[in-house]
Amino acid sequence: MNVLTVADARKSFDSIRALDGASLELREGEMLGLLGPNGAGKTTLVRAIAGRARLDAGSIDLFGQRLTTGGGGREKLGVVPQEIALYPLLTARENLVTWGRLHGVPAADLASRVDFALRWSALTDRARDPIRTFSGGMKRRLNIACGILHKPRVVLLDEPTAGVDPQSRERIYDMLAALRDAGVSVLMTTHQLEEAEARCQRIVIIDHGRVIASGTVNELVEQTIGAQRRVTLALDRPPRNPLPGFEVGDSSTILRTQVRDVAGELPTLLGVVGDAGCKVLDVEVRSPSLQAVFLHLTGRDLRE
Amino acid sequence: MILTLLRVALINLRRDRVVQAMAFLLPIVFFSIFAVVFGSQGRDTTSRVRVALVDEDGSPGSARLVAALGKETGLRVRTTAPPVGAPPKSPQLPLDRMRALALVRDGDLPVAIVIPRGYGAGFGRFDSTGAVIQLLADKSDPVAPQIVAGLLQKVAMTAAPDLMARQGLGLFEKYGGPLTAQQRQAMENWSRVMNGGASREGAPAESTRGARPSTPPAPEPPSQVGSAFQVRIVDVLGEKKANPIVAFYAAGIAVMFLLFSASGAGGSLLDEVESGTLERLLTSNASMGTVLAGKWLYITLFGVFQITVMFIWGMLAFKLDLLHHVPGFLVMTFFTAAAAAGFGLVLATLCKSRQQLGGLSTILILTQSALGGSMFPRFLMPESVRRIGNFTFNAHALDGYQAVFWRDAPVTALWPQVGVLAGLTVVFLIIARLLARRWETI
Repeated sequence: MNVLTVADARKSFDSIRALDGASLELREGEMLGLLGPNGAGKTTLVRAIAGRARLDAGSIDLFGQRLTTGGGGREKLGVVPQEIALYPLLTARENLVTWGRLHGVPAADLASRVDFALRWSALTDRARDPIRTFSGGMKRRLNIACGILHKPRVVLLDEPTAGVDPQSRERIYDMLAALRDAGVSVLMTTHQLEEAEARCQRIVIIDHGRVIASGTVNELVEQTIGAQRRVTLALDRPPRNPLPGFEVGDSSTILRTQVRDVAGELPTLLGVVGDAGCKVLDVEVRSPSLQAVFLHLTGRDLRE
Repeated sequence: MILTLLRVALINLRRDRVVQAMAFLLPIVFFSIFAVVFGSQGRDTTSRVRVALVDEDGSPGSARLVAALGKETGLRVRTTAPPVGAPPKSPQLPLDRMRALALVRDGDLPVAIVIPRGYGAGFGRFDSTGAVIQLLADKSDPVAPQIVAGLLQKVAMTAAPDLMARQGLGLFEKYGGPLTAQQRQAMENWSRVMNGGASREGAPAESTRGARPSTPPAPEPPSQVGSAFQVRIVDVLGEKKANPIVAFYAAGIAVMFLLFSASGAGGSLLDEVESGTLERLLTSNASMGTVLAGKWLYITLFGVFQITVMFIWGMLAFKLDLLHHVPGFLVMTFFTAAAAAGFGLVLATLCKSRQQLGGLSTILILTQSALGGSMFPRFLMPESVRRIGNFTFNAHALDGYQAVFWRDAPVTALWPQVGVLAGLTVVFLIIARLLARRWETI
């Protein structure tokens, strides 16, 4: 079931088309990665869903209800901005209480929701500390926690792991996984392609204001660069003659090729190398990465 | 290496308009204000002192003094007013002592001249037995009574030289023996000449105007100005006040710093824009109107607290009589803080960054404070500058505090100042709301 549907969203700023017919669906309980180069339209799309940008055309439906800019219907939506949008002189608890009230959490539920958010973000021990004393990762976690106090069913996160260390990143993804396990749907923009590949059930790639690919990572690979695995062999010495089907890597003892059926084709490759009198020291088989798909779709030109 | 760093500094200066304005524009603006206010002292542009004039004597001598005062270029004389309690546009009646006193008490005029009965008969008696002219003065303007006393001396002496000569000769005859018929005839001829000369003397003349600002101040009451007549300056408001000028400076400084703190607090809106909390607020249940209202309320309460602390310090350290003026103080303080909060929000919504806000607010607040009377009293300013000052926030706020602490005005009498401040608050908030639209949905 789709909880959020964006259809043919269009938005221009003067002569710049930020969104040019973007469409996507977010399914119940899934984590959807929204990827794209800088200026592709990700943030505009998230702002439009959050009600902060007025679409020139197109529609946004949340749980079947059409959303309008400035109108209601976003009570089930939680928004976590890319910036650490918190009050630095307030403590973690004070920030949570403040944002809880601003999101309409009933007074009777506020204390328990704040306690939950502190536990969820692993900040209970620092609840009374002003957040200006927090590390980047702690602030990020609190930033996310402030966006879910009102129990939203759909959460939008803009770059939730930007600028944090691997440990905090892990913790943040654990938090998001817990949300997803509770049935919350998550739409997340990120430039961390490996993380998106590992954590998101589906990926949407947007460029020039348009969705240019969507699906699981495997589906994207199939749609774009194909499912061939990349095989790299390290030899004890260079082969005397070039071996058919191989290309020489960074050094003359490194050979590369691609296979579709690893189990079926790899023994044959090893045999060819052995027949050439070389000994295989190491074998690496790599699946096509999301990064490869992303670059294949969006190109290697800088976007600035 | 040094030249490279110098080049970086110069490029920064060239591209930073705020620094340019602070470094070059602000000093020029301030220099100009001070030059206009203090540089005009002694020149023709000095403001005319507004006085009420009551002639209780009704003698030819007092009539000549009234006429000469009316022609004195250093004074703007008022001899009529509506009856007490009547609307301002009611028919004007000749001023009497009580009405003139009311005009001074109400702050309409700084000084009233009362020419008492017997002035004409006693004029020129050098034995100090003549009638005493009273200057009913509001000494919140300490300059005006002194100027009027000096001008009065000059005008009285030049308005009736023949009467003075006659009185002088009377004294001469009393103590030195009678004049001969020939001497008496010569005296009569001179008197006619002097009488005509007096009429011409009353007209504007370079010497008259040139003498005005350097006229020595009259002594404090009771005083004898010259020896032809006496002048007594009566302080109609401040006799019982412990340290009246403190109230003026407490209000002046408080209002200026209130504006600074209001613009600084308004700048928190820019901080929220920069940190992203404003964006986040607008995705919550709060609207831009709610955000602005919250900011305005905070800055207003902060301002009330700030001014209250200042006046309490004035009370404790300088015997400012705060306790007897609490209602008026609270009313003025609330409306002053409310308008200052609106002003701060306008500046914050107008600027794109904290740095820009800092520069613009410094320029606007210091200029406004100088013109509006926070730095030096407005009665020192030329009329033209004073008129410009009427457009400043400070002038109305200070007028209100002056009315409370100097004139002991009841709360109901503060409606002109409160009205202006409340109106400014509404206007400021509307402007801030319109300017804040740039942060709303795009």
